[in-house]
Amino acid sequence: MSGEPEVHVEFEARLKAYEGLPAAATGVGRDLVNEPMIRHWCEAMGDTSPAYTGPDAIAPPTMLQAWTMAGLTRRPERTAAYDELLTLLDASGHDAVVATDCEQEYLRPLRPGDRVTFDSVIESVSGRKTTKLGTGYFVTTRTDVRAGGELAGTHRFRILKYAPAHRPSKPVERRPRPVVNRDNAGFWEGVARHELLIQRCAACRILRFPWLPGCNACGSPDWDTVAATGEGTVYSYVVMHHPPFPAFEPPYAVGLIELAEGVRIVSNVVGVPYDEVRIGMPVRLEFRRYDEELELPVFQGVGP
Amino acid sequence: MKAGDRLPPLEIPVTRTLIVAGAIASRDYQDVHHDPELARRKGSPDIFMNILTTNGLVGRYITDHFGPRAELRRVAIRLGAPNHPGDTMVLTGTVEEVDGDTVTVRVVGANGIGKHVTGTVTVRIPA
Repeated sequence: MSGEPEVHVEFEARLKAYEGLPAAATGVGRDLVNEPMIRHWCEAMGDTSPAYTGPDAIAPPTMLQAWTMAGLTRRPERTAAYDELLTLLDASGHDAVVATDCEQEYLRPLRPGDRVTFDSVIESVSGRKTTKLGTGYFVTTRTDVRAGGELAGTHRFRILKYAPAHRPSKPVERRPRPVVNRDNAGFWEGVARHELLIQRCAACRILRFPWLPGCNACGSPDWDTVAATGEGTVYSYVVMHHPPFPAFEPPYAVGLIELAEGVRIVSNVVGVPYDEVRIGMPVRLEFRRYDEELELPVFQGVGP
Repeated sequence: MKAGDRLPPLEIPVTRTLIVAGAIASRDYQDVHHDPELARRKGSPDIFMNILTTNGLVGRYITDHFGPRAELRRVAIRLGAPNHPGDTMVLTGTVEEVDGDTVTVRVVGANGIGKHVTGTVTVRIPA
């Protein structure tokens, strides 16, 4: 959400349009009112009242809502309108939820064997509210719970859909810095100019990569450079799944790229899904900026 | 019994077990009631008690006091400070109104950080 007041007004109007629409249509309790669920409830609550055990047991009245809960499964009775309202709130960043109010009236006790049915209506959607938890909207629903066609209780429930004020922000992780020294400074100067420089021995003309102080073929300390054309193929690769490193989001493909010039370089293969990278895949050099001071040569997959 | 009468307080240790057991017994699988990591991602320092458990505890507080023949007619609660593991909630009640066999009690459940719950319960006590 932007901070513009007129945007809130327009958004609130969209939310208000859901008032009065059904939130759940003829839901049926997942289970008959039953002794095991009553016992679990009483154990959890530390409720030892004899009214909830024995042949004439009733269910604790405060269980009214529990009989309507979907548990781990999706609610088929939830209406498209209620889904839309919640989606609208989620999509605008108000994706956290907390129940704030509950108002129940009990008209007749529920007993083991009762089959609960219920209907629910979106009673109201508040304007934008700022709370300790964050800014959000209160959504109130009212549910009529029936057993054997008879109204057994009503239940008004208010939730706050909010954008957490104290959402821990993900620290910005920076990629590790390359070690730049006298032996490889020229390479990084090339990267800064968007050139991938390969060393060439001044004596035997053999190309070498990565950069070294002397030729590993003839031992000559003299060299110059050639700029890679940027064409290459995947000579080999690995896909990193684990361990995770800061600033990297596994899985990703790391390729050993054979440049058209014949030398090989290790870098990321980008632009194709990690699991579609293959040996022999043509790739093309590009420079990708990771932060204000780090730019790296990577290789874009250019087809199978 | 008359308006102004106070019910003896009930101390509820808010254990992790109570929070999770209450959530599951009420079929409430919202992650913030059982998964500390996901609760933190939503801005809460830890898991916290769900409203259905609070509601059940308030109901129990009243029927514990008035006995098994007492019939709950209405429980209306509002939540404030969350009930986190390690805290203790103390429920207290004050009779607000007596109308024949029907009693309305104002209930407050306070924990270490404030008022977790405030509400009113209407209960019928058959003669």
